[in-house]
Amino acid sequence: MDNALERRLAAAIEKIEAGGAEKYHQKLKENRKMFVRKRLEALFDPGAYRIEDGRFANYEAGDLPADGVVTAVGKVGGQTVCVMANDATVKAGSWGARTVEKIIRIQETAQKLKVPMVYLVDSAGARITDQVEMFPNRRGAGRIFYNQVKMSGMVPQVCLLFGPSAAGGAYIPAFCDIVIMVDGNSSMYLGSPRMAEKVIGEKVSLEEMGGARMHCTVSGSGDVLARDEEEAIASFRRYLSYFPRYYKEKPKAAVPKPPKAGRPISAIVPEHQNVPFDMYELIDALVDEGSFYEIKKLFAPELITGFARLGGKVIGIVANQPKVKGGVLFVDSADKGARFIHLCDAFNIPLLFLADVPGFMIGTKVERAGIIRHGAKLIAAVSEATVPKISVIVRKAYGAGLYAMAGPAFEPDCCLALPTAQIAVMGPEAAVNAVYSNKIAEIEDPRERLRFVQEKQAEYQKTIDIYKLASELIVDDIVPGHDLREELIRRFELYETKETAFAEKKHPVYPV
Amino acid sequence: MRHIEAPMAGTLLSVLVKKGDEVKAGDQVAVLESMKMEIPIESGADGTVAEIKAAAGDFVNEGDPLIVLV
Repeated sequence: MDNALERRLAAAIEKIEAGGAEKYHQKLKENRKMFVRKRLEALFDPGAYRIEDGRFANYEAGDLPADGVVTAVGKVGGQTVCVMANDATVKAGSWGARTVEKIIRIQETAQKLKVPMVYLVDSAGARITDQVEMFPNRRGAGRIFYNQVKMSGMVPQVCLLFGPSAAGGAYIPAFCDIVIMVDGNSSMYLGSPRMAEKVIGEKVSLEEMGGARMHCTVSGSGDVLARDEEEAIASFRRYLSYFPRYYKEKPKAAVPKPPKAGRPISAIVPEHQNVPFDMYELIDALVDEGSFYEIKKLFAPELITGFARLGGKVIGIVANQPKVKGGVLFVDSADKGARFIHLCDAFNIPLLFLADVPGFMIGTKVERAGIIRHGAKLIAAVSEATVPKISVIVRKAYGAGLYAMAGPAFEPDCCLALPTAQIAVMGPEAAVNAVYSNKIAEIEDPRERLRFVQEKQAEYQKTIDIYKLASELIVDDIVPGHDLREELIRRFELYETKETAFAEKKHPVYPV
Repeated sequence: MRHIEAPMAGTLLSVLVKKGDEVKAGDQVAVLESMKMEIPIESGADGTVAEIKAAAGDFVNEGDPLIVLV
């Protein structure tokens, strides 16, 4: 063994692993950011193996360690994952030819091994000086996105956005299953504020135009808003625990836990259909304590979506939130639900629908925004999902709201009702107005008018009585609140062997 | 100065505060009726009610200012 050769190698590795110049490390610290190799340390299980390829990428350039990206395979919660992580200390994490090649290769590894692919993004975008080598060709940057689309639904793909993700680079998060963003540091935009001012004359701050909070509350391009990088990494590790390695496996079960102590379901759900209650309280009463992991909590909060464990087993929950906008479905909530259902169905996560929905929003504003087209996405996703599906009618399920929440026509494995359930084209007030509006207008005496309306509403109420609907086999069973959790655990266990295909064809013509 | 806005289109059912009242973030300040549902409207910030811009019975559109806080 030649010690000089060994020493040269050790020195080279040390230099590469130190990343870019000290001033850029200082800048990271000022911005509450971790160095890329620290991030990987926090991400991976301590003590488990870690393999890195392409460490010497662009070594000869001298000042571009690893060409600004670390690509590695390691373990997260015992699960092997492939990772690409930008190094913001090397030319602001920009992409050169070898950066792109390394990202493509780690994606290919994830595809071959059938393991989750994680993107730790903190990059200024393309290195314009290298554009011919890194941008247009068959294995140029475009291939990264092509691969992402190909891998979508094959293996879980997650983006942890720690810094900017600009222009073309902004599509990495867009093609991931979810995006975890750090408040104040992450941003996503096609054109920077500087470019916006030059090209369209708009003056705007980065935070306003493409900041983490904006994307997690308004655009819906972000899914989880974390306070800092540590919280983002912890959130990712938790997220992954709900997922199988790839689409042919099922999520792993955990030790069952009883639900959080609280009020009985009969006290949580009001009998009167029109008054709000907090759906989170009902979710807490059903799922294993501390197991709820919410996706898009801040975006379209009138619909709640998230993972949880029921008797230790993973489920996806889609629930209306009557406390926000009456639980009415809007353009954004329809998109949010559709996306979540696709995610669960892709990775064999059974779905629980908790319906308390007055329907889709009406009025000029939403019609112009394409509520029908967006609602169709949600209903298509519900239809296509072949994982075990249980629809629980908590309170009202009116109009197309019933369809969106996996009503009887949408092949749920069962449609259960709580005693507070009510299913109808519309509620009694709206129905009586629709049918008798002329007659009501003709009655001059206000007291007589009120009496007439109340009488007709009571008549209508009888036709949509839940016992009548159970008698007509519209719901499969009426379940008392105190027994709902156990009933769901039993039924999800029963449906585990479910095997069904939606329809034989290439793919649907998706409503988008 | 901050506005508390209508979260969706509907008819204002009641305003629960009056000019000069102190409100805290999360306090219910009005009730909207829309899609036959009673929808609580909460203040997004702490402040004092400076002006009430809509009355019970008014139709309001999503985003319309209802209450001005200072």
